Parts: sequence; C-alpha cells; structure tokens
Amino acid sequence: MEKIFELTSIDAGYNGKLLLQDVHLPVYKEDFLGIIGPNGSGKTTLLRIILGLLEPLRGSVSFYDKSLQGSRKAIGYLPQFKAVDREFPVTAGNVVLSGLMGQKKLARHFTDSDHGKAHALMDRFGIYHLRDRAVGDLSGGELQRVFLCRALISSPRLLILDEPDTFIDSSFSKNLNDILVELNRDMAIILVSHDIGSILSAVKNIACINGTLHYHSTDEISREILETHNCPVRLLGHGDIPHTVLKKHGEN
Amino acid sequence: MLEILSYPFFQRALIAAVLVSVVCGIIGTYIVSRRLVFLSGSISHASFGGIGIGYYFGFNPIIGAAVFSILAAFIIETITRKTRMRADSLIGILWSFGMALGIIFIFLTPGYAPNLMSYLFGSILTVSWFDIGAIAAISLAVAAVFFLLYREIIYLAFDEEYAMTQGLPVRVINFILLSLIALTIVMNIRIVGIILVISLLTIPQVTSALFTSDFKNQMWLSIFFALMASCSGLIASYWLEIPSGASIIFTSVIIFLLARLAKRVFMKQ
Repeated sequence: MEKIFELTSIDAGYNGKLLLQDVHLPVYKEDFLGIIGPNGSGKTTLLRIILGLLEPLRGSVSFYDKSLQGSRKAIGYLPQFKAVDREFPVTAGNVVLSGLMGQKKLARHFTDSDHGKAHALMDRFGIYHLRDRAVGDLSGGELQRVFLCRALISSPRLLILDEPDTFIDSSFSKNLNDILVELNRDMAIILVSHDIGSILSAVKNIACINGTLHYHSTDEISREILETHNCPVRLLGHGDIPHTVLKKHGEN
Repeated sequence: MLEILSYPFFQRALIAAVLVSVVCGIIGTYIVSRRLVFLSGSISHASFGGIGIGYYFGFNPIIGAAVFSILAAFIIETITRKTRMRADSLIGILWSFGMALGIIFIFLTPGYAPNLMSYLFGSILTVSWFDIGAIAAISLAVAAVFFLLYREIIYLAFDEEYAMTQGLPVRVINFILLSLIALTIVMNIRIVGIILVISLLTIPQVTSALFTSDFKNQMWLSIFFALMASCSGLIASYWLEIPSGASIIFTSVIIFLLARLAKRVFMKQ
C-alpha cells in the first residue's frame, strides 16, 4: 500500500513535559486509522504534530502525497467540540465556508460555486435548514455536523477527526459510521477516540497511545494487545460481518 | 436648540462623535465577540504611564499614550503566547503598573498638570481639527482592514487553531488587530477619557447582540447604537451642563436598558 505520510521517531511535549516518546506511524492512501488511548495520553498532541500546529522535539514528519507537501491545506480537520467559543456571532453556513480559507488568497470573496459546495454538503448531512443560524443556537450534534462540512468542503486527501462521536446524537452516530466508510473511498481518515466501539467496523488499522504509540493492523488486534496498552477497548473481533464485542474491565 | 450647532467647537465635537462611533462599532464588535474587554481595559489604563512621561519630558502626552498602549498590547500577546502565565493576571499587572507610572511622573512634574482631567475623563468639546484628522486616519485604517480581511478576521477569531491549519497568517492578523485596538483606545481617550474608554467599545455591542448573532449585523447595529449614544449624550451634556464623556456613557447604558425592555415586550412570543 502507498504511504501518504509517516511519522518517524517523534518526541513531543509542552513546557518541558514529554507527552509522546519515540512515535512511529505510517498512514496509507486508503487508510482508516483509529487512534485510541485514555485522556491525557497524548492523542491530541499527536494530531497537533500531524497538523503542523506543534513542532516535534525530535523526529520527522514526512509527507509523500504531493498535495500535502509544503502546506497542510489538503488536510480536513474536525477539532474537538470544546475547542471553540459557541457564543461567537457567526452563522453555520459561514463556518462551513471557512473550510475553504486555505484555498483562497487573502481578501478574496467566495464565489457562487463555493456557496454551491457548501449548500450541497450541508444538504447531505441534513443541516441545510440551519445555514443562517448562529453556532450558539445549534445542538452539539448539529455543530459537529457543521464542523464535518467545514472539514470536507475543500475535498481533502486526509480527514482528521478528533473525538467526533462525543456529542453526536445517537441517530447521527449510526449515519456517521456509513458516512465515514463512504468518505474513506476518496480520502484517508484518522479518527481519534476514547471510545472507538461505535465506529470500529470501519477502522482498518489501530494505534494505541499512552505516552508512546503501538501500531496494529486490524487483523492482528487481540484482546491481549489492547489490555497490555491499557486501551479502553477490551475485545475486538472480525468475522464475515464486522462486529464488536466490548467487555467491561474486570469481567471475564 | 439648533443654535448650538452653529458653534464651531460643537460642530467639531459632533464630527468626532460620528467618527468615533463608527470605529468603536467595528473594533468593539471584535473586542466583545473575542472576549477582549478586560485586555482592552488594561491597554487603556496602561496608556496613562505614557501620558505621565509625556508631561514630565514635555512632549504631547497623547503620543506617550499611543506608544504605551501599543506596547501593552504586544506585551500581553507575546507573554501569554510564549509562557504559561495566565493572561488575566498579566492584564491586571499592566493595568495597575501603567497607572502607577503615570501618577509618579505627573507627581514629579513641577507645577500644575494642565488638562489632566481631560485625559482621565475625556473632553470631546475641546477636540481640535488636528484631533479630528488623527481620528479620521485611524477610522480609515480600521474600516479598510475590516473591509479587506473581514472573512479572515472572523474565521480567525472564531477558531484560531483551525485558521492556522488552513495556512492563514494568524500571527500577522492578530498583531494588526491588536494595534488597531490600541490606536482606537488612544483615540477614544480624547473623547471619553481613560477611565471610560471601554464603554463605547462594549455597551453598543452588547446592545446589538440582543438582536443579532451575526458578526456583520452586530457591527452595523453597534455603529448605530454608538451614534445614538454619542450624539444624544453630547447634546444632553450641553443642556444639563454635565461632563460630556460621562453623559455619553450614561446615555448608552440607558439605550441598552431600553433595548432590553423593548426586546422583552415586542419579541416575546
């Protein structure tokens, strides 16, 4: 499989505190990588390295895909829900359009085709009727969908989702799985979660983070491996029909 | 009533009020929606240090204020970005340090410090054509930046980290906006004074936020409410013979309360 980018020997942290140590991570062209780990394990730090928001203390980030080299504009990013100020006076439609910032020169206006793209995406995710509403008036799930549209409007080569399932309402959670599988035909996906159960059937590879990173392609994942790394997913299984069995800690 | 309009000093005051209302409507919407009210208060009080130094060394205190306010803005921005110091603590320190510095230098200046009260409480009725020229230049700069970079500014203000991933020159735009905030504050010192500076940058904006949740509409409405407050406050100060700065702010609070009441009465289902 063709690699689109790779992290090699990455150390990273803030203010003298080392959060990630010796991380190696390949991401492939049609990859669907799930990153799991407990809170404070360095998941978000890893994303910040990939997004270029944080310089690693050691190691390198190599992009092999041409559209990703130089800048990271071909990455679609859905940040954690709590990262934005929901009182900010901006409409849902404008937030979606802001996903095109990277492709616009400064001080340029949006064209009709930009607006068309935004409308089509919002329609697809059932939030077109919310386009003129302020972000503060939306529910958590609706806002997540707005952010998903923002991440997708630039037709990215790589989609990064940071805890997208946290506030998604249950009706959309089922859809999210299907949507991601469909999107995965056109782009690589990295999904960070502390509860990967809900989207597990779509995931092709898994990275467990807890200070450092352990990488597994799905077929080798066993209960033992996950327990060794203290990941919250206790048991995974694959058959003809993808399925997941989660066991509580302490159960047989 | 109309005879006051024929006095040149009152004409200048009205022109200044209109210009200031437009700039404060724009910059204030940014300040309020990005939660920079406290930071802006600090910038304005820190500028008093520059005023004191201006008195002591015998140059125009407003130039000292401009230098100090821009300095304060950049110190806050740089230190909070590079260290773990809490922004609001640093804001508090600069707020009081600037005032202290100003008081010391004014105390050390021999003789009486003329116009000191006008820097603290503003005096729109004494603005000169030169002041108006300076205010007009700042207004033009603010309007031009917001006209050209409107999208970049709101996307950056809404989600700075996302804007960075999109390759937006986040640092540069932040610095431009901070400088404009600092200059707007200095310009405001002539009108409502250091102590009251924050008023025209917050009260009209909070009033407009009652009616709209869109940044652009908030800007327009804020300009409208600021114009109402500054013009009627100015006229009221003339008739009641009370200080103009305080009168303008009093009026804007009245407008805010009336707007709240109106919203309750008319927009309730």
